[in-house]
Amino acid sequence: MKSKYEQVFSQDNIATKLLGYALLFAMFFSFLLIAWYAPTERTMGFVQKIFYYHVPSAWNAFLAFGVVFVCSILYLTSRDRKWDILAASSVEIGVIFSLIVLITGPIWAKPVWGVWWSWEPRLTTTLILFLIYVAYLLLRYFSGQGQRTANFSAVLGIVGFLVVPLVYTSVNWWSPEAQVHPQRIGMGPNMQVAFFVSLFTFTLLYVYLLIRRVRVAYADAAVEDLRQQND
Amino acid sequence: MKSIFAILWKDLLLELKTKESFLSMLTFGLLILVLFNFAFEPTPEMKRAITPGLLWITFLFSGILGLNRSFSLEKENMAIHGMLLAPIDRSLVFFGKFGANLIILFVTELCTLPFFLLFLNMPLFEHFWLILGIILLGTIGFVSVGTLFSAMATSTKMREVMLPLLLFPISTPILLAGVACVRDILAGEAFAEYRHWFSLLVAFDVIFLVVPSLVFEYAIEE
Repeated sequence: MKSKYEQVFSQDNIATKLLGYALLFAMFFSFLLIAWYAPTERTMGFVQKIFYYHVPSAWNAFLAFGVVFVCSILYLTSRDRKWDILAASSVEIGVIFSLIVLITGPIWAKPVWGVWWSWEPRLTTTLILFLIYVAYLLLRYFSGQGQRTANFSAVLGIVGFLVVPLVYTSVNWWSPEAQVHPQRIGMGPNMQVAFFVSLFTFTLLYVYLLIRRVRVAYADAAVEDLRQQND
Repeated sequence: MKSIFAILWKDLLLELKTKESFLSMLTFGLLILVLFNFAFEPTPEMKRAITPGLLWITFLFSGILGLNRSFSLEKENMAIHGMLLAPIDRSLVFFGKFGANLIILFVTELCTLPFFLLFLNMPLFEHFWLILGIILLGTIGFVSVGTLFSAMATSTKMREVMLPLLLFPISTPILLAGVACVRDILAGEAFAEYRHWFSLLVAFDVIFLVVPSLVFEYAIEE
């Protein structure tokens, strides 16, 4: 008999399937909102539309790394393997979303700021975060399976997240004149609707990807167990 | 306390006898300086501009060498098992290793400083103690996280390669704050000008002395 926790990640879980279909619909709906419902921004023009993917991706990346932090602490205190699997899965998703931020950022920056890259606090912080968690994945890759890997990952998951405020503060002081992100975004009501729908959709996407990734991780673990039984 | 000093003294004694870490770090630091000079052919103004950054780059890069040795040394002949079997708290092991790494790296940094005077015309002696203090503060944070990661990196397949990948991104605040402080000190600015950077360094040191000592037991567990 599977526990309730495992049922969530089983292949034939109805709720997960429904979430997948809901997500498909929400993605399409949010695209329609972004493309037609939200007005084209006055000064930046059409390229500003990338904002509706750029910012939610950044939110997902930070959310993912926050989840890693919490799961890492829970793993070290409980030694329950499920937290390690959850953390490692979340890192992968976080890395993907920070990569999306790092790609959409320059696409947006080139026409608006005139350069592909500016060493600007938020962009720089995302880059550093990306590098920290890529190192996390490498560490896992190079230290194989087992409890030791889980321990190492949890340590890095904690240290890596704690350093974020310090990194942000330092790169912010380092180049204050480069702060080109708007501190506050003035959005019309239609823009707000499109933005928050997109943000919500992306958060759902994170949850869905996490469930899917954890399922794969359990399948991996099951294969590993079978292999060891046969040896 | 006694066990911290026992570990610290063991590492220092080893280093005093062989001078392996010290000599390799010093030579490596010197090489970095020479290579940078070739790469940039700095004019006197450029020298002034790049000195603070080059100072920290040299320290971080040669620091990696010493930190890598710190635990691979314990792995040889399985010395680490003996240390783990000792009936002491793991955080004491951490502080022992940290102390030894700190002293070795700091002494190496002191010996590297004259070359900055020689090659880059760095006005070292005008603000000697201030600069030394900043270097010590930055080195404390770097070595603290470095000791933690070194214990982890030596247990992976990639060993030496893994440590810089883990340590450099985390050390960004130290690099930025350290460079800013040294730059302002060399420019003769008042303390108020770089006080915020100074407090960032202190904050980093405090956080990353406490956290690694808490999680160190998971980093060396077999």
